[in-house]
Amino acid sequence: MKLNRKLLAVAIAALSAGAAHAQISGNVVKIGILNDQSSLYADLGGQGSVTAAKMAIEDFKAKEKGLTVEVVFADHQNKADVGSQIASKWYDAEGVDVIVDVPNSGVALAIAALTKDKGKAFINSGAASSDLTGKACSPNTVHWTYDTWMLANGTGSAIVKRGGDSWFFLTADYAFGHALERDTEAVVLKAGGKVVAKVRHPLNTQDFSSFLLQAQASKAKIVGLANAGGDTINSIKQASEFGIVKGGQNLAGLLVFLSDVHGLGLDKAQGLILTNTFYWDLNDSTRAWSKRFAAANGNKQPTMVQAGVYAGVLHYLKAVAALKSDDGTKVVAKMKELPTDDPLFGKGTIRADGRKIHPAYLVEVKKPSESKGPYDYYKVLATIPADQAFRPIDAGDCAMVKK
Amino acid sequence: MNEIFGVPTQALFGQLLIGLINGSFYALLSLGLAVIFGLLNIINFTHGAQYMMGAFVAYFLASKAGMGYWWALLVVPLVVGATGVVIERLMLSKLYKLDHLYGLLLTFGLALIIEGAFRHQFGSAGLPYSMPDQLVGVFNLGFMFLPKYRGWVIIASLVICLATWFLIERTRLGANLRAATENPTIVQAFGVNVPRMITLTYGFGVGLAALAGVFAAPIYQVSPQMGSSLIIVVFAVVVIGGMGSILGSIITGFGLGIIEGLTKVFYPEASNTVIFVIMAIVLMIRPQGLFGQR
Repeated sequence: MKLNRKLLAVAIAALSAGAAHAQISGNVVKIGILNDQSSLYADLGGQGSVTAAKMAIEDFKAKEKGLTVEVVFADHQNKADVGSQIASKWYDAEGVDVIVDVPNSGVALAIAALTKDKGKAFINSGAASSDLTGKACSPNTVHWTYDTWMLANGTGSAIVKRGGDSWFFLTADYAFGHALERDTEAVVLKAGGKVVAKVRHPLNTQDFSSFLLQAQASKAKIVGLANAGGDTINSIKQASEFGIVKGGQNLAGLLVFLSDVHGLGLDKAQGLILTNTFYWDLNDSTRAWSKRFAAANGNKQPTMVQAGVYAGVLHYLKAVAALKSDDGTKVVAKMKELPTDDPLFGKGTIRADGRKIHPAYLVEVKKPSESKGPYDYYKVLATIPADQAFRPIDAGDCAMVKK
Repeated sequence: MNEIFGVPTQALFGQLLIGLINGSFYALLSLGLAVIFGLLNIINFTHGAQYMMGAFVAYFLASKAGMGYWWALLVVPLVVGATGVVIERLMLSKLYKLDHLYGLLLTFGLALIIEGAFRHQFGSAGLPYSMPDQLVGVFNLGFMFLPKYRGWVIIASLVICLATWFLIERTRLGANLRAATENPTIVQAFGVNVPRMITLTYGFGVGLAALAGVFAAPIYQVSPQMGSSLIIVVFAVVVIGGMGSILGSIITGFGLGIIEGLTKVFYPEASNTVIFVIMAIVLMIRPQGLFGQR
């Protein structure tokens, strides 16, 4: 009996020593980019996110630091079940250590839960729902680029201040749209405005005419578009067809990406006010990086989602190198410990609830006459400082935050 | 009577009109499908991609050659129809002796390839296409603002639908076509070149899809997935109307557009599924479709 116990102790010691040597699982840090590669959100993330992740690995000089880093990618088709299946396969069978991007809040919430169960890491850049660092916060998730609270408080409050005090919401009918509508409604009500009516449309809708007619009939001053990507493009385009703006109402694009403005053309998009956390033309270092990105990505300038993928992967690798481990839970804890610094978002931090903190920018889309060429689209109206851009840490109901 | 089921009558009329507009797209697209199925027995899954190609060709004509919308209405169906002729000659014509399934698989594969290629080249956000200056603006109908362009689309597609129906059901050419599907050998013996007629029919059906694409380009973005998001609905329309029935596809197209429009008012969340619910009901009660003959 005694002997057995000794043997067991030796065995455990030997095993844990072995584990200590191989702290990078499979000797490879494997990054999985999971996003929409083929549908309405493909241009704002898609292959551009893969390019951004590869640039981060290159800039980190992973090889010189003795790290082998690989990138894989897949299309989640905006379906939570498809996304979860891919993620499970990646985690269980293919040695993926971290999943990055994941636009579509419905899919992102599923991946966050799965990642927590498997003890891996999840760096979200593409999804918007503020629940990712609120009700659904997890020690394995970092929410990098933006969220619905930030959009609501950036765009929503700027519009209420300009006199837009009665709202009609046109909302994408899934987790993201609901969160954006909820957060924006709170801002509007707090500022003394009111919500006249709302209508929820299915994801990836082609025809918005019925909904726009209802918006027109509501007589609300502001038609708030709580949707994204192709849905936003189609609703803005058709709103102009129905003369919504000419009739005296205004559109509020609550989530508009650079790729959307590019797809719409400035004559349709001009005058829109929106909030972003990244614009290629902000300063010298964003311009230099974006030039490289565009060269590798068919001359398309990066969206904030793709910028967030780059910065998130870069910081993740720093944490892996500092820790000499790719254990998901530990790496995310290390990411929160280390200050962030990258050429795109500048210096920042990651809070205990997983929220990455950096400034946001309120911008207006230029008139065609003001633009010097493709992608010269935004005038920066205001910079929202990092400490005001995101929801206060104690207001999100995150269980990891001590009250 | 200011309200019906809690919805203001004005808004209701507006929705009916909008439904009619969407219906005109469904009708135009399902018409092409019905023609191709009725006369070739091919379930043309490439139809959505061909509709998308129509929009893209219109975009290229405008941006590269400066060719406006009105010319595009004429040129695009010819160009895309010609690609249809090539597809029919090189591929489809080899399949007529085989089961329907082969044609379906071939056209489905083609659709995936075409859409993938366009997406790879042009991304997914889509490209802008302006409407002709003459049709910019809205009519104030009292109960709603009707964009002039949409009014034009309703009228144009109604005319095209009726003309096609007339061509196939009421002319000698149409009679030959219908006869050729019943008994190609005899029709051939009367001196009609049946293979050529079939090729041109496919080209015509494809041209109809491309024409719908030109109509759609100024309303929606010119984007690679515009066809795939519509094709499933259009297939449902064809099934409900009765496979191959021309009148069926026209009437069902408009009718379902209206039903869908009304769903968007009363229960918007279901607007994507209502057509399939109807399809399920129709298939249970009348499997051959509302206007189907078998």
